[in-house]
Amino acid sequence: MFSGFMTNAWLVATFVAIVAGVVGFFIVLRGQAFVADAVPQGAFAGAAGASLLGINTLIGVAAAALLGALGIGWLGRRGRRDVATALALVVLLGLGALFLSFSTEYAPEIYALLFGEVLGVSANEVLPIAILAVASVAAIAALYRPLLLSSVMPELAEARGIRPARVETLFLVVVALATSMSLPVVGALLIFSLMIGPPAAARSVTSRPLPALALSAVIAVVVVWASIAAAYQTNWPVGFFVGAFGALCYAAGRGWAGLRGRRPARPGWPAAGAHGPGEHGVPAANVRV
Amino acid sequence: MLNAIFEPGFFSSSPVHVALAAGGVVALVSGIVGSFAVVRGQSYAGHALADISVTGGSASFLVGVSPLWGFVGVGVLAAGVMDMIGIQRPRGRDLATGIVRGAGLGLAALFLYWDTTHSNVTGATITILFGSLFTVSSSILPAIVALSVAAVAIVAVLYRPLLLSTVAADLAAARGVSVRLVGLACLVAIALAVSLSAMTIGTILSTALLIGPAAIGLRLSSRPGLAMAWSALAGLAATWLGVLLAYDSFYWPPARHGWPVSFFVVTLIFLGYVAVQGITSRVRRA
Repeated sequence: MFSGFMTNAWLVATFVAIVAGVVGFFIVLRGQAFVADAVPQGAFAGAAGASLLGINTLIGVAAAALLGALGIGWLGRRGRRDVATALALVVLLGLGALFLSFSTEYAPEIYALLFGEVLGVSANEVLPIAILAVASVAAIAALYRPLLLSSVMPELAEARGIRPARVETLFLVVVALATSMSLPVVGALLIFSLMIGPPAAARSVTSRPLPALALSAVIAVVVVWASIAAAYQTNWPVGFFVGAFGALCYAAGRGWAGLRGRRPARPGWPAAGAHGPGEHGVPAANVRV
Repeated sequence: MLNAIFEPGFFSSSPVHVALAAGGVVALVSGIVGSFAVVRGQSYAGHALADISVTGGSASFLVGVSPLWGFVGVGVLAAGVMDMIGIQRPRGRDLATGIVRGAGLGLAALFLYWDTTHSNVTGATITILFGSLFTVSSSILPAIVALSVAAVAIVAVLYRPLLLSTVAADLAAARGVSVRLVGLACLVAIALAVSLSAMTIGTILSTALLIGPAAIGLRLSSRPGLAMAWSALAGLAATWLGVLLAYDSFYWPPARHGWPVSFFVVTLIFLGYVAVQGITSRVRRA
């Protein structure tokens, strides 16, 4: 399990998990589960396009993820955000279907892009992924205060001169970055399990942002390691374990919160519904920023 | 002249007839049910249900029943689970939806893996995810029609309480409407519509038929009945035009085996939405 060719898998999976835990914390905080779901799935089209044109998959994925994220931002400013997200997603997927019909790609490769192929990480993929991981975490660190403020107290953020639309766009770009590095590893359809399960669990343990952020990253790393180990032992797809363990984390978080007599989605947190934090996020009185 | 628009054989080809019939029925149902999905802010639930029905589709390959029952059964089951773990609360709803979807897709990954290793189903992944209207077999048409009627019947029977509990949940509760039960029924109707379209234009792209036409309809009219009619019409037009274009595209470069129907349908819906949005916002500003 720890032999030479597995080193890359462990290394890359750890990077992906840390980034997913950190970025996912804000996704859960901002109630943007649908975006976390749509951007990776749409980015799949980029992979199909890249294989058609014969360019690096990572570049194709990054381009499609950026296009999707900016498309959601652009459409969302003019209409309902969940509708914008759905439309951006289906347009990208339609393009993906078109590219797939042009190419002669075999089914297993597509399956790997959708559901992940962590054991197949090659040595020359490690460096670009590491760079993208550092970039994503650095971007979150730079955006930390405005992002947190505009997520939990949009009115106060605006009063302090933070432009919500700009923060939103920048955050979507970070999501796109995190997506493009994770896609080849955990697969398009399950990145978001990693971005949602661990942060949701962390959030129900502590309401202080920094500890929750750190805990979220730690849980994500544990989930990925456990998933790889289980996949290695059973030879089943990694995606299955990431999805199952992510759901377990969420259930454990709900159980923990229930035991302590409070709900994870307390009135203090912004609505995690279909509406953006800027629309009717409730000011949070009990969140320390 | 007509031959330039309709490639020869369009009206006599039986796959085209089945595609037009199945696609038309599914587009109408998705347009009607989708209006409620959009107004109730359940676009994400609709999309997630479409994805989760993959789990049923892939399981059905494994146990050897018709994919239709796999898609529909698991879709309805997932709707129940989502309702149980709290989708009716706006707070945390997307989160719960996402968790159910993640777990469901994890299972789908496992089933697809078994499909491709244990039984010898080649290309199962592609068939299930992207589907194709031209491969719908005419034998499942009656089942599609029956389930479509069921989905529309749910919405029709519950039309008033559903509308009331959507726009004013407190008022509906005060009038004795069980908001929770109505919400569950609506979610089941969405699950039916979505699993049907997952069967026909493909699991992932079925989101397009559920959300796109409904968003167009709601832009065109603020009266619910009229918006639903516009929505159904827009879905039908996009689907039929998509089938026509896909048929015509058979000799187009580069592949010369036809462009996918799903691509045309989705692109038409998207262009329609952008156009309608541009026009209505200009009219409102003037």
